[in-house]
This record gives sequence, structure tokens and C-alpha cells, in this order.
Amino acid sequence: MHVEEKLTPETFPAEPEKATLEGKNKFLGFWFFLGGETVLFASLFATYLALKDSVAGGPSGKELFQMPIVFLATMLLLTSSLTSVYAMHHMRNFDFKKMQLWLGITVLLGAAFLALEIYEFTEYVHEGFKFSTSAFSSAFYTLVGTHGVHVAFGLLWILTLMIRNAKRGLNLYNAPKFYVASLYWHFIDVVWVFIFTVVYLMGMVG
Amino acid sequence: MSTLARKQGVGAVIWDYLTTVDHKKIAILYLIAGGFFFLLGGLEAMIIRIQLAVPNNDFISAGFYNEVLTMHGTTMIFLAAMPLVFAMMNAVVPIQIGARDVAFPFLNSLGFWLFFFGGVFLNLSWFLGGAPDAGWTSYASLSLASPTHGIDFYVLGLQISGLGTLIGGINFLVTIINMRAPGMTYMRMPMFTWATFVTSALILFAFPPLTVALIFMMMDRLFGGNFFDPALGGNTIIWEHLFWIFGHPEVYILVLPAFGIFSEIFATFSRKRLFGYSSMVFATVLIGFLGFMVWAHHMFTVGLGPIANAIFAVATMAIAVPTGIKIFNWLLTMWGGSIRFTTPMMYAVAFIPSFVIGGVTGVMNAAAAADYQYHDSYFVVAHFHYVIVGGVVFALLAGAHYWWPKMFGKMLDEKLGKVTFWLFFIGFHLTFFIQHFLGLMGMPRRVFTFLPGQGLETGNLISTIGAFFMAAGTIVLLANVVITTVKGKRVGNDPWEDGRTLEWAVSSPAPEYNFAQTPLVRGLDAYWIEKMEGKKGLTPAEPLGDIHMPNPTILPFVMSLGLFISALGFLFHNDYGWGLPVGIIGLLITLVAMFFRSIIDDHGFHIPKEEVMEAEKKGAGA
Repeated sequence: MHVEEKLTPETFPAEPEKATLEGKNKFLGFWFFLGGETVLFASLFATYLALKDSVAGGPSGKELFQMPIVFLATMLLLTSSLTSVYAMHHMRNFDFKKMQLWLGITVLLGAAFLALEIYEFTEYVHEGFKFSTSAFSSAFYTLVGTHGVHVAFGLLWILTLMIRNAKRGLNLYNAPKFYVASLYWHFIDVVWVFIFTVVYLMGMVG
Repeated sequence: MSTLARKQGVGAVIWDYLTTVDHKKIAILYLIAGGFFFLLGGLEAMIIRIQLAVPNNDFISAGFYNEVLTMHGTTMIFLAAMPLVFAMMNAVVPIQIGARDVAFPFLNSLGFWLFFFGGVFLNLSWFLGGAPDAGWTSYASLSLASPTHGIDFYVLGLQISGLGTLIGGINFLVTIINMRAPGMTYMRMPMFTWATFVTSALILFAFPPLTVALIFMMMDRLFGGNFFDPALGGNTIIWEHLFWIFGHPEVYILVLPAFGIFSEIFATFSRKRLFGYSSMVFATVLIGFLGFMVWAHHMFTVGLGPIANAIFAVATMAIAVPTGIKIFNWLLTMWGGSIRFTTPMMYAVAFIPSFVIGGVTGVMNAAAAADYQYHDSYFVVAHFHYVIVGGVVFALLAGAHYWWPKMFGKMLDEKLGKVTFWLFFIGFHLTFFIQHFLGLMGMPRRVFTFLPGQGLETGNLISTIGAFFMAAGTIVLLANVVITTVKGKRVGNDPWEDGRTLEWAVSSPAPEYNFAQTPLVRGLDAYWIEKMEGKKGLTPAEPLGDIHMPNPTILPFVMSLGLFISALGFLFHNDYGWGLPVGIIGLLITLVAMFFRSIIDDHGFHIPKEEVMEAEKKGAGA
């Protein structure tokens, strides 16, 4: 199929993200990229686990972490993953408007998550838990902050795609772009599940 | 839109190379940049050897020696060997699998420019306060104490160029999986393509740990982090683990393509099918897999305990098995073959005993208990130069001679090629063989001088003389390149006459679309099969038609330049007020370039069928 072809819901392929060679390449290449990202976060997690008790007289996780705000952030991000699934569902049905709507909700939820994280970080700094306080603080901010940077980048990316394609709708050129952006968003969500478990839950218990 | 057969001015040529997304031109860029850094690293090696030629030498100071030593290792690994490997991959792999280009031509260009700007950034350190001086491994306990900005240049420069390598790796993975011509099944792929495939997978999983290690080091040195500072709970061993989780696979990232290059050369110049092709594939994959489980053999003396040391020792020795399989397969490829001793073949034949010596000392080092003796001595220096020079550099020189006609359309002079070979081969063994014994006699690595009367004088002098042989060989090679470029005659598709794989079926250099018609691959050594059936060309898999090509673009250059500016700003942000804004502006340049990449549609263009037919007619006549 040709990229610039005008399509209708009837002619739109079942897997528009993989209907062209460019799409197939993007799809596969992005999965590989996520493989590399997995190793990146694995290295960050390993270091965090090695340094999490090295508080050097500064605050520990147990003293800092507050369940309500982290739980709220987790729920926001998990929900945003669900809404991005809805968006992809509508993309495959060639329903551009509904896709944009659900992507918009995804972005709002992601932005709320990011706002909560920034609020959380500023609170910690006020309590004397700075980046340079201890090895634990460096490892904490680098791990959670790297995830936060990913969220911010994902928001910019999805917003750019939404605005760029707002007028012309879906085609086989931009369908893979939307699709890999949603893959990225899921990945961010999965990483957060691990952060929630390893950093916050384990941090509050022990 | 087509750029076929058009005369261009100098400015236009430069612009063409700045914006090109053609894998063949990117290969040339990698070759030139990698070659330049190879000369630079070689010059640093000569300074090291001159300083160590006689005891108590004061040719350079101890501090400068540390800088030269660090930059020699870092430059050779990251800025010479890696890009030269990428030059070979880019020049050959897409054509070997019957593709018109790589999967992501844009990313291919981005990968090159990131490497280039990273390399330039690292070398800026010479002019801006001093080069890194903590060794190429830059152990945190040393590098945190380094007073100049050298280590910061190392950290940020390698971060940028490492990003380029990672992108290149993903590109080749997808290219090899998705872009193969009809009939090119996995088990019909040439060995060099297989090696590239496995290497790319190693890059994908090995570079992120380096990225993370470099982030930590950057945080510690520039932004008040405490990852490696024991006073605040940090741990310097974390750097060693992350560095070697990257660093050991890196050795295989370099040597697997070398194996691939030699596999092509052995088969071509023995005029025989590669012996044990499927076991070669298996061995390559196995080496790639085992390469990730042996990193702690660099850390036997750290004190990880006897159990960890034993496990890593056994895993390390296990790698000798697939490597041995390969050695025997190469020998048996030559067995009964009709061998031609061309320059590439001389390197290939010389590689076998040289690399085996490196392999044997590798197994010696792997014996953890014995390693306490070898550790940080010249024995280790001798070992890794035997595998990296005897394996990788020999392969790169062989590959450069072998594929030079395919890249540039002219044969390098065979006589001068053999002069280079003999000078380099003799020089290499003179330099490094004696270093085994220097190490066993107790000479520690990385010292800037030694005392007389300890039995180390003769060995070091011999070693230095050998280095001059290698330098002479390199000068002959450069002369050869110049002479060939000026006087060389144009050659046809298959200048070695015994080409087996698809790259020898297209003109030299290949047209920008590689294949006028995508070929149908009917077996291993696809071109050889057609030749044996008396055919002149390949069997086409499609009718002649318009050919889709990607657009050239300056954006990869701009993105990389942005990161370069940004790194410069952040490096100086503690010293000067302009540091932080410049750092942020640089990042914004990169982000804005990415934004434009996202919003500007890039559908490429088509070369019309008529133009393709005309170009093919011309190519056939030449």
C-alpha cells in the first residue's frame, strides 16, 4: 500500500502501523530501542538497590515517602496507559476524532502525573533531601528523574503528533508514528510500575 | 531530484556529504573520520613507545604521559576501531543482503554525526585545559580525583558518540531483519552480515550500561552527585561493574565483525565455500551470548570472592570453544582450496596465529588465581593488543584493501599493500610479543618510566623499534591511498574475479540505488552461484521500475551539533556564567531539530525508470 493513499474506514488496513515497509521498520526498530531502554533502566535500578541504604546521615526513604501522593501518581499514569490503548483502538478503526480525544486525555493524565512528581521533588528538597545529600539521594533522583524526563518527552512527542496531524487526519504515513508513541507511553508506564514497587513500596517497608 | 552522474563543485560536494543519507557515502565518512582518529591514536602510541624506549626517559612528563595513554586507548577503541567497523558495515551489508539502503537512512546519518561530534569534543580537551588522564577505563577512584576537565570531556564526548553507536546498532538490526532481498534467508546471509547482525544486538544491550555509567560520572563530577564518593555512601565498584558490563561485550562488538571480514576473505581467496557455514553462524551467536556473562574477569582482584571469580573464570574459558570452532573452520576453508595470496588474504593468514596467541593468553588470564600475577602488568597489555591489533586492526586493514575497489572504484596497489602488510605484521609482533615477558618480569602497566638494571631495557627498546615498523607500514598505506586516488584505474564489478557475495555483482562503486532490480537470491554465495551457471548478472526478482530514494537532510548534523554545544556549556557551567545558558541552548537546538524532523513529511523521491536504465548502460560500458 502506498503511504499517501486516501483511505476510508473500509480500506484502512487492520494493522495500519505495519502496512508499509517504513511502518514495519519503525515498529521493529522501536521495539529494539525499548530493549535498549530496558537495559538502561535495569542499570539504574541495580545501582539504586546497591545505594538505597547509603543515606549518609540524610533522610531515608522510609522517612520521606508518602503513600497518598505516590499512589495517586501511580493511578494517573496507569489510567493514561489505558486511555492510550483506547486511542490506538480508534486509530485501527480509522476514527481520527476519537483517537485524538483519547490521546488528549492521555496527555492530560500524563501532565498531572508529572506535576505531582515535580511537587513531590520540591517537597523533598524542602525537607533537606537534595540531589547531593547522599548516595541514596543521587540514585533516587537519577532513577525517578530519568523516568520523569521520559514522561516529559513523551508528552511533547504525543502533543506534537496530535497538533501536526490535527487537520489532515490519519494515513499510513502517520499511523506508525502514533503507534510507536503509544508503545513508548506503555513502556514508561511499565517502568513506573517497577519504580512504585522497588522504590516506594520496598522503601516504605524496609 | 536525482543526483546521478552530475559534475559538482567543492562546496556542493561538501554539502552533499553533510546531508547525505546514502549508506555508501556514510561509509566513506566513517572511513575518513575513523582513519583520522586511527592516525591520531597511532601518534599517541608512538609518544608512549618513545617515552618507554629507554629507562628514566624524560621525553614527556608523567602527567602528560597519563593523558596520552588515556587518549590512546579511548581514541583507538571508540573513535578508530568502532567507526572503521561501521565503515565496513555501511559499505557492504546493505548490498550483501540485496537491499537498496538501510532501514533508517536518516538515523544512519545521525549515528555518524553523533560519533563525529563526540570524537571532536573528546579531543577538544587537548586545547581546553588538559585531556582525561585516568586510563581508558576511567575507574571512578582515579577519575573523581582528576583535577582538570579532562574526565568531563571523556564523559560527555563518549556519551554523545555512544548514542551514535547505539542508533547505528538498531539500524543494522532492523535492516538485516526487514530489508533482505527475496530468497535471502537467514542461513543464506554472508558471514559478514551475520557478524554485523550479532554485533548490532551486542551494541543494543551493551551500550546502555555505559550510558548509565557515564551519566553517574557526569552527575558526580559536574552536578554534585555521590554515586562513587564513599564519604557520602557511594561505591566506586559500581563504575567498574557498569563499565565492564559494557566493556567486555565491546571487545566482541569489535572482533565479531573482524571474524566476519576474514570469513569473506578466506572463502573468496581460497575459491571455496566457507567451511562449516552453519557452525560459524552458531559460533558467532554463542560468542555474542557468552560475551555478556564474563565481565567480572576484568575484576578478579577487586575481591568479589572465590565463587564469583570461579564462575566468571569458567564462563570466560568457555568462549575459547566457539572461537576454536571458527579457527578450525577457517583453516579447513583454506584446506584444498586454490589459494591466492592477495593483500587481504595475507592479513587473513597472518591473523590466525596472531589471534590464537591472544586467545591463549586470554585463557591464561581467565584462570583467576593466576590472574593475580598478570593483573595490571604488561602481560595484559600484550594480551589485549594481540586480540585487538592481531584481530581487529588486521581485519580492518584487510577489509579496507578488500572492499576499497567497491567503495571507491579503484584497486589499491597490491605491491604497496604487501609492503604495508609485512611492515605492519613484523612491527606488530616485535612490539607486543616481548611485552608478555616484560609483564611476567614485573613491569606494571600504565607507568610512565622504568628504572635501569631491572632487566627491562632490551625488551622495551625492541618494543619501541617494532612500533616504528608499524608506523612505517601505516605511512606506506597512506601513500598507497594517495597514489591509487590519483593514478588508479577504474575497475569493473568484480575486481578480485572471485567475488562470491552480492556486492561484487554491482558496479564499483555501486550506483546510489545499489540494484536496478532487486535480485532473487538462490543460495549461499548468491553471485558465485550465478557465475557458476555462466550468467553475467543476478536473477532479478522484480521488473525494472521507478526507484524510491530517501531525501538528503541537514537535520542529523544540526541535532549532533546541538548536543556538542550543549556538552560544552554544561562542562563549564561551574566555572563560567555562560555555561548553563549555552548548555540549555544546545539542548534546545537538538530538540527543535527533532521537532522539525517530526513535523516535516519526508516521503523521499523517485528515480525514474529511464534514468536507471541509462545509468545501468553507462555502468556496464565502463
